[in-house]
Amino acid sequence: MKTQWKAWLYLLPAVAFLGVFMVYPLVDVLVYSFEEGYNFASQSYSGVGLFNYSYVLHDPYFLQAVKNTFLIVIITVPLSTGLALLISLGLSSIRKLRDLFQTVFFLPYVTNTLAVGLVFMILFKKTAYTDGMVNLLIQFFGGTGVDFIEGPYWAKMFVMCFYTIWVVMPFKILILTSALASVNQVYYNAARIDGTPRWRMFTRITLPMISPMIFYLVITGFIGAFKAYSDEVALFGTNLNAAGMNTIVGYVYDMLYGNSGGYPSFASAAALILFAIVFTITCINLLISRNNVQY
Amino acid sequence: MKLVLDQLTKTFPNRNKKGPDVVAVNSFTFEIPDGTLVGLLGPSGCGKSTTLNLISGLERPTSGRILFGDEDVTELPPENRGVGLVFQNYALYPHLTVRQNILFPLQNLKGDARPSKEEMLRKADEAARLVQIDWLMDRKPSELSGGQQQRVAIARALVKMPRVLLLDEPLSNLDARLRLQTREEIRRIQRETGITTIFVTHDQEEAMSISDLIVVMSDGVVQQIGPPQSVYDHPDNLFVAKFLGTPPINVFTGEVKDGWLTLGEDRVLKLQGAPEGAVTVGVRPEGFRIDAEGPFRCGLKAVEVMGRDTSVVGTHPACQSETFRGIIPSEDRDGAAGDTVRFSLKPNKIHLFDPATEAVLRDWSVAP
Repeated sequence: MKTQWKAWLYLLPAVAFLGVFMVYPLVDVLVYSFEEGYNFASQSYSGVGLFNYSYVLHDPYFLQAVKNTFLIVIITVPLSTGLALLISLGLSSIRKLRDLFQTVFFLPYVTNTLAVGLVFMILFKKTAYTDGMVNLLIQFFGGTGVDFIEGPYWAKMFVMCFYTIWVVMPFKILILTSALASVNQVYYNAARIDGTPRWRMFTRITLPMISPMIFYLVITGFIGAFKAYSDEVALFGTNLNAAGMNTIVGYVYDMLYGNSGGYPSFASAAALILFAIVFTITCINLLISRNNVQY
Repeated sequence: MKLVLDQLTKTFPNRNKKGPDVVAVNSFTFEIPDGTLVGLLGPSGCGKSTTLNLISGLERPTSGRILFGDEDVTELPPENRGVGLVFQNYALYPHLTVRQNILFPLQNLKGDARPSKEEMLRKADEAARLVQIDWLMDRKPSELSGGQQQRVAIARALVKMPRVLLLDEPLSNLDARLRLQTREEIRRIQRETGITTIFVTHDQEEAMSISDLIVVMSDGVVQQIGPPQSVYDHPDNLFVAKFLGTPPINVFTGEVKDGWLTLGEDRVLKLQGAPEGAVTVGVRPEGFRIDAEGPFRCGLKAVEVMGRDTSVVGTHPACQSETFRGIIPSEDRDGAAGDTVRFSLKPNKIHLFDPATEAVLRDWSVAP
């Protein structure tokens, strides 16, 4: 008993901080989300119920945000992980200039989001002076340019996904190159002795060996993509609803701070819906990985 | 499958770029008859594992040729050589079951060589039965003991019926009891399959006990090749004599004077045909016989009783180490008491070496 008491004493600072800054706000958000007609200034509300959820779920801006978020998640997570795997395989099979390439691929990771956004502006944005580099390239090859920042939805979504993939890939490359390097060479030697074709070596030895890392990247990738917001702001500015490129987190932010004072109840409801989505997807991921990651 | 190594040499570039190349294997020439079990023996870093890698094709020789039967395989990549290799740490695929591990080499086969699914399973079962692990087929390697993993590795190497089976330190990861059992097992499996087998070891007892032939290596150079007993009885040089045998051979600085082999002050043996002058003398521990009238007068340091045998630790001024060790039958140990002891030496347990080249001197016999 005495040692238990001591243990709790040592845990107290962490528990207190977590309680005040994590658990209490979380509970508060939950409470907010059920309080109808909550007024921030008077701290009063008119009733308790599911109206906030109903409002958010019927809000076209929210539905647009959900659609955008899901598109970004579904497109960027598999693509960025797959591309990162390809690049890592390439990196680990070259010797010369390997460090140089590793540095180049890692650059986006250490670059500020907004600075990267600026680079993308130069690449994609139409201004009075230029159509943007990508458009110039398209026109050079005889195509017709398209306004990527203020043009059709698919063009904006393309830029968005391109950007997201570009930003998240360095970390994945870093993790995967080290995972590949940690596979014991003796397995490849054994496979060579047994005359294993290259592709089979990859699917039957390399992939299973690094599968824990791949699943780690997929899970964190899903969570990260669901929380996308700052990248959108960097590309399309703060009025994401007008651009039609809002995300769920962006919607929560707008609800909290928009219209001077905002609607904390709607924001809370949207945040909890996001939580429910991420929680479900992560559980599914973990279930799948339990059956497929073998050791 | 007969295996021929012809002037096989492997050098590695020096870490220090200006330094000379490191010669791991130097002009290895050897013909291994079909169906023999060969032990490649030597201290750590003597090039035995490199030799194995050269035969398997994982390393390419700097010069020289390797032939399987009449086929020159020097330029062939490992997958086309038809060798089975058991790695020192077994290298079982941890994410596959025992059955999948054993099936793996078969599933790599293409075209006509690829057996049907049932055929593969039958072959895998057969290989597993041979090494007696057929009851573990659905386990993962991490759920097996070291000895069982080792058997799985052997089964995986055998399942495709290799032309040559190579084992790299097959027993080094096993405990003492399992090691004894497994080496018998390797012998049995080799006999049953008749596959030419080469295994690498630094443990001379291991090599002596099961090999048809042993190859003693040192610093990349083959020192001696032959059946274990004959290498032990007739070492070509001081290195081989020292490397084989436990306890090791005792080395003395001696001299042949007026036809007498002289150790210090003691004239121990009258020789015929030995050149006069300094010699290095090796005496096997079992070459000592306690003899109150014996010519070899020594200090007595300790007597260690080990059941059937008794080990006598003695000192002598001519001995190159501080003490020497003789093994005598325990019933003779009454003679070993006090501070001194006298021995006579068994001539067939004495080896004379040239002190400069360390090569054995053979052209002598005991004078009548």
